[in-house]
Amino acid sequence: MSTPVPLAPPTWALKVEGLGRIYGDPSAASLAGTGPEHGTAVSPATGAVVAAWDVDFDVAPGEALGIIGESGSGKSTVMRCVAGDEIATAGTIALRGVDAGTTNIRDLDPSARRRLRLDQISAVYQDPAAGLNLDVSAGGNIADPLTAIGWRNYGRIRERAAQLLSRVEVPLDRMDDPVRSFSGGMRQRVQIAKALANDPPVLLLDEPTTGLDASVAAGVLDLLRGLLEETGVAAVVVSHDFGVIEMLTRRVLVMQHGRVVESGLTDQLLEDPQHPYSQQLVAAARG
Amino acid sequence: MTTYPTTEMPSTDTAVRRTDRLAGPAPRPGIFDELSKREIRRAVLSGIAIPGYQVPFGSREMPVARGWGSGGLQVTLSLVGQDTRLKVIDQGEDAGVNASNLRRLVVGHVGCEEETDTREADVIQSRHRIPEQPLQDGQVLVLQVPGAEPLAGIVKNMDEQRRMHAEADYSKMWVRLYEDIVHNGLITNAAGYPVLVEGRYVMTPSPIPRWDVPKLNHSEGVTVLSAGREKRIFAVPPHTLVEPLTFEDRPFEVERTPGAACRLCGSDDTYIVQEPGPDGTFSTWVCSDTDFCRRRRAGDAPEVTALEAALAHTREESTI
Repeated sequence: MSTPVPLAPPTWALKVEGLGRIYGDPSAASLAGTGPEHGTAVSPATGAVVAAWDVDFDVAPGEALGIIGESGSGKSTVMRCVAGDEIATAGTIALRGVDAGTTNIRDLDPSARRRLRLDQISAVYQDPAAGLNLDVSAGGNIADPLTAIGWRNYGRIRERAAQLLSRVEVPLDRMDDPVRSFSGGMRQRVQIAKALANDPPVLLLDEPTTGLDASVAAGVLDLLRGLLEETGVAAVVVSHDFGVIEMLTRRVLVMQHGRVVESGLTDQLLEDPQHPYSQQLVAAARG
Repeated sequence: MTTYPTTEMPSTDTAVRRTDRLAGPAPRPGIFDELSKREIRRAVLSGIAIPGYQVPFGSREMPVARGWGSGGLQVTLSLVGQDTRLKVIDQGEDAGVNASNLRRLVVGHVGCEEETDTREADVIQSRHRIPEQPLQDGQVLVLQVPGAEPLAGIVKNMDEQRRMHAEADYSKMWVRLYEDIVHNGLITNAAGYPVLVEGRYVMTPSPIPRWDVPKLNHSEGVTVLSAGREKRIFAVPPHTLVEPLTFEDRPFEVERTPGAACRLCGSDDTYIVQEPGPDGTFSTWVCSDTDFCRRRRAGDAPEVTALEAALAHTREESTI
């Protein structure tokens, strides 16, 4: 009898294997005739929409991975499946923070899955209203995840909220104002501060700067780059904009019609895209 | 070979008789049938088994409108018998219009005994006060509840409210308290202050004043809260931990007006309310609990009120 060798903890913080999300008939019959080579995500046989299929990636702590593609390519679906806003129909999602990566969090019941959002995975959405309560003050929005994990000291909650807000460069004299009174860029900064409140090991960013004007977006991007570097969080950045992907990530997946068509180092892919769709995207970005 | 006793199919006669038995005693003329009372007693027992959990029940039509004590009335009617001593108060007062009419209704229907002395009562139905006299083992306090859901003002969706209770996900309640302190400097909930029952469910205790909230903690008696309009019953069994929600560095406080005392009995350690003077201004104070005030004047009331006893208990709890 050999003693079982304990597995070394994985080097990745988040690992996704064979992830799929099909709206409609989830059987294999829906796959035929979909994907980039057929130019559609809609199954001719069953009418099901294969929003994402066979998506694999992992992200290490301190690393940022980009997912790029046009609207409807499935990139946001992948993010929402990882975040738990939607339930994937196939594949494995593992977090190092959950049983050292041995549990497929897709199998967890909805309430256990929601608990992961407290201190394991955070998400920043394109629309601040999706991640914030606009009628509550900036500090109150940050108090939400803190009280959810058991903070019960008003002074310490204020202190932590102030610390996070100054980190995302929201003036502290606005801390007690309702977020509804904030500009788009400031709302997005508050959403980022809230996402980081419990120091989650994994951060998902879905089009974090889309909808902001260019100068404000540049400011938020600068902030995000700094945060990703210093917090050591594993980040997944979903965007249709190569500028954002180039600035924030080292590696990137290109998605089209629900499939990954190319993946690689961001700068290499930008220099020398292989897939015709990637070439198109890069050409568009380079103008 | 083993033989088994055989069961014969019941004849139609027996079946009818069994159904009769199921329906309880023959209905008496009145306002409430025995089967309904039984359902309400079941809901009360469920509530006692899961302290602070809101048990849905089929609220019946009562001779009072919903929102006027119909929930409390149904619980009281299902608990009292002919030998029960019943006290009914409205804001601490036995002679209030609502209290008098509810008491008359129950006594007339069941034939139980009217009582005003808190110590002697078996069942106390109350609108928004807990008597100053500490409850004893065996006593039942029935509170009329206009709004049963503590999360109602925080999330509108009732499925979401249920999910939050099920997962003990009360962060939005805490954010509400946080915002209150930010904007007002203190937690402003005056009545129906949210409490955590036995470390599990957040409950709103009828709109009793803050003053009465500590009395729920480790009470000797049973408290049953019933909302007829919202069709929910919940309960706090004896010796249950009931903690008002507050931040560690913001201690829970009860209403207190320095220097004010009851005009009649001189108490300053009871819940007192302002009364209008002849000129229409509110300048004098009287006890809200008329029974306790009367006994204080007669020298027949304890020195230490329920409040102090309860607060002492709270302090003891929090040092653990």
